[in-house]
Amino acid sequence: MRTALILLRKDLRLELRTMETVPAMILFALVTFVIFHFGLNRATIDGQLAAGVLTATLLFAAMLGINRLFVAEREQGGFDAFLLAPVDRSAMLLAKAAALFLFLAALEVIAVPAFGLFLLGPSLGPPLPGLIAVLALADLGLAVIGTLVSGIAVQTRARDLIGPMMGLPLLIPALIATARGAGPLLRTVHASSAPPGKWLAILALYDLVFALLAYAVFDFLLED
Amino acid sequence: MVEEPPAIELRGLARYFGERVALSGVSVRVRPGATLAVLGRNGAGKSTLLRILATLLRPHAGEVAVFGEALPRRGFAVRARLGLLAHEPLLYRELTGRENLEYHARLHGVALGRVQRVLEAVEMERRAEEPIRLLSRGMVQRLAVCRAVLHEPQLLLLDEPRANLDPVASELVEPLIGRESGRTRVLTSHDPRAALAEADLVLALKDGRAAFVGAPTELGDAKLRDLYA
Repeated sequence: MRTALILLRKDLRLELRTMETVPAMILFALVTFVIFHFGLNRATIDGQLAAGVLTATLLFAAMLGINRLFVAEREQGGFDAFLLAPVDRSAMLLAKAAALFLFLAALEVIAVPAFGLFLLGPSLGPPLPGLIAVLALADLGLAVIGTLVSGIAVQTRARDLIGPMMGLPLLIPALIATARGAGPLLRTVHASSAPPGKWLAILALYDLVFALLAYAVFDFLLED
Repeated sequence: MVEEPPAIELRGLARYFGERVALSGVSVRVRPGATLAVLGRNGAGKSTLLRILATLLRPHAGEVAVFGEALPRRGFAVRARLGLLAHEPLLYRELTGRENLEYHARLHGVALGRVQRVLEAVEMERRAEEPIRLLSRGMVQRLAVCRAVLHEPQLLLLDEPRANLDPVASELVEPLIGRESGRTRVLTSHDPRAALAEADLVLALKDGRAAFVGAPTELGDAKLRDLYA
């Protein structure tokens, strides 16, 4: 845990210094909302359509962060420096997943209110607590799978292609569960105050399975 | 009395990259505190050998032991005792020199006071507050030396250690990575004469194979010319 905190602190410092990842994710999400606004030709959306638009936008924005997660390690010798230290290699999985989770949270702090302002029909206030619960679980899955996929992709020459090609299919179950969990919260009429427990449970199970899988295979990704 | 294990022992070491043979049948034994110079043309396998000793690459055949610990199985036990100065400085460009070294100190469990001491040793304490990307190659190399010795390693793996260093900087790093550091060293150099002057033992590689293993005095001019032919 101590090693993971050292790595996380370094990653956050690098992001604050360069501002390469989170601003790009936010800008991408905002532009996508504008595209949906004109593409759907509707002033506002609600219910399952709103949940789908929000979830898909956040997922594609997350891919930008996923693609860049290990770039500094690869290009500036961070992998070698880490592997030379007498530390548990799983710490890098934990640190990178935590960094990606924080990047996604920062994205959503801007993107979700913007979505409420520009596209969402009903007020964002009442469904917000439920939406936060759904997005937190979704972010956990995105962070774990994103770290795993990024760790694989960065070892290849075509990393910009490999990341989305591997990541998006793996994230489809999370996309479905997130959208179906958020849909009832975003209805204009008969809106639910809490997300359906079934979809929260599916998201939690999905997170757990992939966290265990990532923990099991991540050390091998760092081997030559 | 228990005999001290050799600092490095290689027996029939081999490593391939696909079809290409990077190292084959390399055997050598280095006593603690000695300096091994690894010579050979570009692509002879020098850097591959250093990366295997640094636990960054797995050997494909043969046996490798560092301080009596078999690699790669006992890599964890060896990592705290070795320092690698590679072609790349292994420093983040956007962080300052001090931030980079503090990061490495934390990873190795070294007190942060040691960072200031190594910075002073290479006269980089003032420029250490600037991001790496703003520093000259020579300054970055001085910081890379600091990184490599931060945790007081017993074995130093030095790949062209004086690359980009002017004579003054070269003298500054001498107590840290030179013979007077008292550490076991494995060094490569594009200047074979300079490497031979520092070495107790020479391993000359040609196409991944050991063309010569012995004392520097035994490596005559003819063999040296043949090595680089």
